[in-house]
Amino acid sequence: MTDAASTRRKAVELQQASVIFGIGDKAVTALSPTNLTLDKGDFVALVGPSGCGKSTILRLVTSLITPSSGAVLVGGRDAAIRHLRMGMAFQNPTMLPWLTIEQNVMMPLKIVKPFKQSYRQDRKGAFRDRVHALLGQVGLGDFSGHFPWQLSGGMLQRANLCRALVHDPDLLLLDEPFGALDQFTREELWQTLQELYLDRKPTVLLVTHDLREAGFLAQRICVMSARPGRIISDEVVPLAQPRAIETIYTPEFVEKTQNLRALIAQVRA
Amino acid sequence: MTEKQRIRLWSFSLFIGFFLMWEVLCIVLNVSDLVLPRPSEILVTLWTKFPILWPHILQTLYSTLIGDSALGVSIGVALGVLVGTSKVAYSVAYPLLVGFSSIPKVAVVPIFVLWFGSGTTPAILTAMVICVFPIVVNIATGLATTEPDLEDVLKTLGASKSEILWNVGLPRTMPYFFASLKVAITLSFVGAVLSETVASNRGIGNVMMTASSNFQVSLVFAGLIILAVLGVMLYALFSLLERHVTGWATRDTEIAIT
Repeated sequence: MTDAASTRRKAVELQQASVIFGIGDKAVTALSPTNLTLDKGDFVALVGPSGCGKSTILRLVTSLITPSSGAVLVGGRDAAIRHLRMGMAFQNPTMLPWLTIEQNVMMPLKIVKPFKQSYRQDRKGAFRDRVHALLGQVGLGDFSGHFPWQLSGGMLQRANLCRALVHDPDLLLLDEPFGALDQFTREELWQTLQELYLDRKPTVLLVTHDLREAGFLAQRICVMSARPGRIISDEVVPLAQPRAIETIYTPEFVEKTQNLRALIAQVRA
Repeated sequence: MTEKQRIRLWSFSLFIGFFLMWEVLCIVLNVSDLVLPRPSEILVTLWTKFPILWPHILQTLYSTLIGDSALGVSIGVALGVLVGTSKVAYSVAYPLLVGFSSIPKVAVVPIFVLWFGSGTTPAILTAMVICVFPIVVNIATGLATTEPDLEDVLKTLGASKSEILWNVGLPRTMPYFFASLKVAITLSFVGAVLSETVASNRGIGNVMMTASSNFQVSLVFAGLIILAVLGVMLYALFSLLERHVTGWATRDTEIAIT
């Protein structure tokens, strides 16, 4: 394969990207020089101990911060250009408190091309239907007119996921999106996310603490070391998709997650 | 009776009680009309002179609303956005703003009269300068303290600076804006009247000035009552508007059911 063709296939590429906050004596290395490549349509999970720089990588890809050294390419171009359509679910649901859930979820359609061009005509029609369908899919159908403070933490995280997906992004970045949910809801949403992923095949980068979540959803799992973080293991999950939720209780799956667990325990020490 | 009704009743009783007390004290202590007229006299004056007072009421309202709502708000918001969206501008301009806002606004009335002559213009301008600074400071503070998380949501979508301002910054700042507007509207009312007192031949301020020099004391007090009523009305109007716009901030349940 030629270089040009391989560049086109790449959705995200970190080339020796590092992040250092502060200067001089107070400088803190949040991310050691890191290489990471996601091909188009990849579903990659990033796991590791707290504060290892997982979220930093997401912030680099979304260009909320710039690398102190190295480069971050998205869709083959500098991340700052925001060449690909991105959807991000932050760790905190960060719903805008003055908007209803429906208006919050609709926000990307107001901002992102090509939707923004027809926002005025479609917000009461096609866009609204789209938002309602998505909210219905995560069990929030009856709450579209509510304000964020009227919803529980788990419900807000579901709305958060909807907002990340509503504009059909090429690149989906998820920062522990299921953290505040109970186990049943979480497994339910894993399946929803899997369906949505297989349906539209965006490139997904998922940051999580939950090894079962990573194993169930991702095609590749990258393990990061403790701070200053770097990627110490990058493994393919040898299971065909779609996966049934029962998969996570099979011996092979448990063994795999146990190995990852041991690896993380080791780097934490 | 609900808690709300009881509070209203108390509030109303206090209001009536105040004027009753005034009336009774004037009669008991035999206070002269020229010093302090009784509320009943003021009410009679208000009633009989109302056709004459009406154009002046409109004049004062006009000066206040043009000065405060039209000029003051637009200039205040524009400056506030300018100062609030840039960290540098915020630190650089803040001392100047505080300096300006601590100037007694009474002192600028003669300057406006000097520049624009007597009449409506100085009244409008006085109303404006009084309300501009609280609005600028509040808008700037609201914008400068907007949670970065909220802005990040739009930044990742590739939103432009102005889109972030319209969709996050300004809505987030609305509670601050209304807090300052409610203070500003009553203050600029004072400003407009003050300017009318000094240099105008129209408006409630002028009426009171003339009445006072003619020893029509009950008319002076009638003017005061009118000002108080107008002040309360404007305040109530903006409170109502505030509730509609910023109900989310007070978690008003009535706005939430859609």
